[in-house]
Amino acid sequence: MIQVIQNLTLAELTAWVVVVALNAYVLFGGADFGGGVWDLFATGPRRERQRSLIANAIGPIWEANHVWLIVVVVVLFVCFPRAFSGLATILHIPLSLMLIGIVLRGSAFVFRAYSYGPRTEQRRWGQIFAVSSLITPIVLGICVGAVVSGTVGDALSSIDRSATEPLGLRPSVGTGAATAPGFMFLYVQPWLTPFAVAVGAMTLALFSFLAAVYLTVEAERDPELQQDYRQRALIAAGGSLVTALVALVLGGTQGGVMRRLVGMGWSLPLLSAAGCAAGIAIFALVRRRYRLARLAAGAEVTLILWGWALAQFPLIVPPSLTIDDAAAPGRVLGDTLVVLACGAVVLVPSLWYLLRVFRAGESKGGGP
Amino acid sequence: MSDLLAARSQMAMSLAFHIIFSVIGIGLPLLMVIAEWRWMRTGEAQYLDLAKRWAKGAAILFAVGAVSGTVLSFELGLLWPNFMRFAGPIIGMPFSLEGFAFFTEAIFLGIYLYGWDRIGRRAHLASGVIVALSGVLSGIFVVIANAWMNTPTGFTMIDGQAVDVRPFAAMANRAAFAQTLHMTLAAYAALGLAVAGIHAIMILRGSTNPFHRRALAIGLAVGAPASILQPISGDISARMVAETQPVKLAALEGQFETERGAPLRVGGLPDVERRETRWAIELPNMLSLLAFHDPDAEVKGLTAFPRDEWPPVAIVHLAFQVMVALGTYMALVSVWAAWRWWRGRSSTALAGDRLLLRALALATPMGFIAIEAGWTVTEVGRQPWVVQGILRTGDAVTPMPGLVVPFLVFTVLYLILGIIVVYMLRQHIARLPEQPGDPSLPRSRSSGQALRSGQAGNREPGTGDSATADGTSSVASA
Repeated sequence: MIQVIQNLTLAELTAWVVVVALNAYVLFGGADFGGGVWDLFATGPRRERQRSLIANAIGPIWEANHVWLIVVVVVLFVCFPRAFSGLATILHIPLSLMLIGIVLRGSAFVFRAYSYGPRTEQRRWGQIFAVSSLITPIVLGICVGAVVSGTVGDALSSIDRSATEPLGLRPSVGTGAATAPGFMFLYVQPWLTPFAVAVGAMTLALFSFLAAVYLTVEAERDPELQQDYRQRALIAAGGSLVTALVALVLGGTQGGVMRRLVGMGWSLPLLSAAGCAAGIAIFALVRRRYRLARLAAGAEVTLILWGWALAQFPLIVPPSLTIDDAAAPGRVLGDTLVVLACGAVVLVPSLWYLLRVFRAGESKGGGP
Repeated sequence: MSDLLAARSQMAMSLAFHIIFSVIGIGLPLLMVIAEWRWMRTGEAQYLDLAKRWAKGAAILFAVGAVSGTVLSFELGLLWPNFMRFAGPIIGMPFSLEGFAFFTEAIFLGIYLYGWDRIGRRAHLASGVIVALSGVLSGIFVVIANAWMNTPTGFTMIDGQAVDVRPFAAMANRAAFAQTLHMTLAAYAALGLAVAGIHAIMILRGSTNPFHRRALAIGLAVGAPASILQPISGDISARMVAETQPVKLAALEGQFETERGAPLRVGGLPDVERRETRWAIELPNMLSLLAFHDPDAEVKGLTAFPRDEWPPVAIVHLAFQVMVALGTYMALVSVWAAWRWWRGRSSTALAGDRLLLRALALATPMGFIAIEAGWTVTEVGRQPWVVQGILRTGDAVTPMPGLVVPFLVFTVLYLILGIIVVYMLRQHIARLPEQPGDPSLPRSRSSGQALRSGQAGNREPGTGDSATADGTSSVASA
C-alpha cells in the first residue's frame, strides 16, 4: 500500500481527490435523493409526519450537498479533459436525463417548501420532487455502471481518434456515413446494458438505505417515526444486497473490471469490509442502535465506492484510457490541488457549522 | 435545424435562463442583508419583514439558479466536448474557485434561511453577508472564464496544441477586469431597479404602507449607484473590445469600412449585402472618440477582416443598441431619483413624486433585458469563434447527431420552470401588506417568532406540510 502511494503520479493523486468528492456527494447528496424516495413511499397514518421529517432534514442542507457534484464535474473537466469530454459525448443521453432529474428535484422541492397555493398544488410539487428523486440516482448509477463495464470506453475509442489532437472527437473522419459507427452503437448501447441498469438499481437502493438510516437518527424524538424508518432501512438494506448480487453476477459476464474487482490486491478486502459494514448496519438497526447504524451505513457505501475506484485504478475510462493519459498538464493539476486544499480550509469549518446548527434534536421551531 | 445551430441554441437558451437567476442571486442577498441590518439598527419590524420576504424569494430563485447552473456545467461537455478538451485545463481555475464560492453561498444560505431561530442575530446577519459576498465572487469567477474566451491567454499554441498552460495567467486575461466590472454592476443595477420598480408600482396603485417606501429606498440604494456607474464601466469595456476584438467592435457599431474619425451610429440596421448600416443617426467622430479617446482615431471596419470571420452583424448591432438604450434610461432615472432623494433627504420624497415612480415602474424589467442583450453582444459578437482566434464553434461541437431533441426538451423544461417561478413570485408579491396599520405586521423586534405569530393569518410556508405550519402558527399565537 505504501509503495502504491509512493508511486502515485500527480494525476493519480488528483483522481483520488475526485473519488473523495464523489464519496462526499454520495454520502450527503445521495441521501437527499433517498429522502425523496421515502417521500414517494410515505405510507400509513403517519404519512404526513414522515414527509415533514424528510423536508425538515434536507431543507437546510440539500443545496450545499448538491455542490459536491459540481466539484466532481469541475475537477474532472479541468484535470481530466479527455475523460470528461469522452464521457459527456458517449453518455450524452443518460447525463441529460440525470440533469432533468436534478432540475426537477431541486425546483419542485423549493416550490413545495415556499408555496402559498392550495394543498393539491403542494402535493403536486411533492410528487414531482419524489419521482425525480427516484429516477436521478438510477440514471447516475447507470452512467457509473457503463463506465465500469468498459462499454463507454469501447464506444469512445471508435471516435476518439487522437490522444494529442485537441479536436480529437470526430465521428467519422474521412470515411463515409455507411462505415461510421451508428447512433445506437455510440450513444445508446454503451449504457443500456443489464449490468449498467443493475448498478443503477443498486445505487437507488443504497441511497434509499442511507436516507432511511439517517432518518432514524433524525426522528430521535418520535419513536413511531423512528420505527417507520427502521423498517424502511431494513427493506432498503435487503434491496441493496439483492441488487449488488445481481450486479456482481451480471458483471462477471462483462469481464474486465469485474474480474479486477475480485482479483486486484486491495479491492477484494475493501469489498469484504463493505459486506461487514452492511452486516453491522443491519445488526445495529435490529438492536435499535441508530447512531452505530448510521456510521456503518456510511462506511458500507464508502467502501463500495473505494472498492470500485481501486478496481478501476489506474484506468479512468476502462478498458484502456488511463488516468495519466487523460490528465491535463502537471502545472494545471498542481495549481488545482493547491486551490482545492485552500478551498477545503474554508469549506470544512463552514460545513461543520452548517451541520452543527441543524443537528437533529436541536430544533426550536418549524421550517424556514 | 443543423446540429451546430441546435447546440448553440441550447447553450444560448440555458445561459439566458440561468443568468436571470444568477443576477438575482448576486443582488437579492445584498438587499436582504441591508434590510436586516436596518432592522437591527432601528428596531422597525417592517425591515425584518422585508428581509424575510426577500429571503424567501432568494430561496426559490437560488434553487432554480443552482440547478440550472449545474445543467450548464454539464452542457459544456455535453454540447462542446472538443472545446472542453482544449480549454478545460486552461480556464478550469476560475471554475474551481467558483465551485468554492458557490459552496460557501449554498452553505450560508441554508443557515440564513433556516437559522432565524437557531443562531444569534449577529451570526445570522454575518451569514447573510457571506451569502452576498460569495454570490458576487461566483459571478466574477464565471465571467473571468468567459473573458478568457474573448481574450485567450495563459498558454502557448504549438502545432494546434496548447502547451505551457499557466492557469492563473489565463485568469488575468485582458478582458477579465472590464467584463467582471460591467457584469457585477449590471447585476446590482438590474436587481436594484427591478425591486424599486415593483414597489413603485405598488405605491402607484394606492398602497400607503411605509413598507413599500422602505423597499423602494433599499432597491434604489443598490440599483441607482450601479446604474450611474455603469456607463463608465461600459466605456472601459468598449475600449477593451476596440483593442482586443476589433471585428466585434465593428459589428456592434455597424462599421463596415475602415475609417478615421468614425461616427457613432445610433439605431439603424446593418445590411451585410450592401456593406452599410442604413437608417442610423450618425454622430460624427464620436465612435473614434469613445473607442480610442481620440476623435480622429482609425476604426477598423468589417471589410478589413475575412468574410468568414464576421459575426452575425445585424443581431450584434441591434442587441448593442438595446443594451445601451436601456442602460442610458436606467442611468438617467437613477440620477433623477438620487437628486430627488438628496433634495428631500428621505424616502418619503421619493415616494411622493409620482412622475418619478412611473419612470421607475417603467424601468422594472429593463436591467434584465439589457443583460440578455449584452450577453448577446459578447457571445454572438465572438462568433464564429468559441475561443477568439483559436477554436471555431463548429469544431467544438459534439459529434452526437439529433441535437435538436435535447434543445427542444430543455427549452420546454425551462419554459415551464420559468412560468412556475413567475407564478410563485406573484403569489409572494400578492401577499405584500396593503395597509399601514395592517394587523399582519409585527410590531415586536424581539425575535422571528414574533413575526410568525403576527402572520398567523398568512400561513407560513416552509415544510410543505400544512399540519406543521398551522401548528407553528397556533403555538405562536397562543
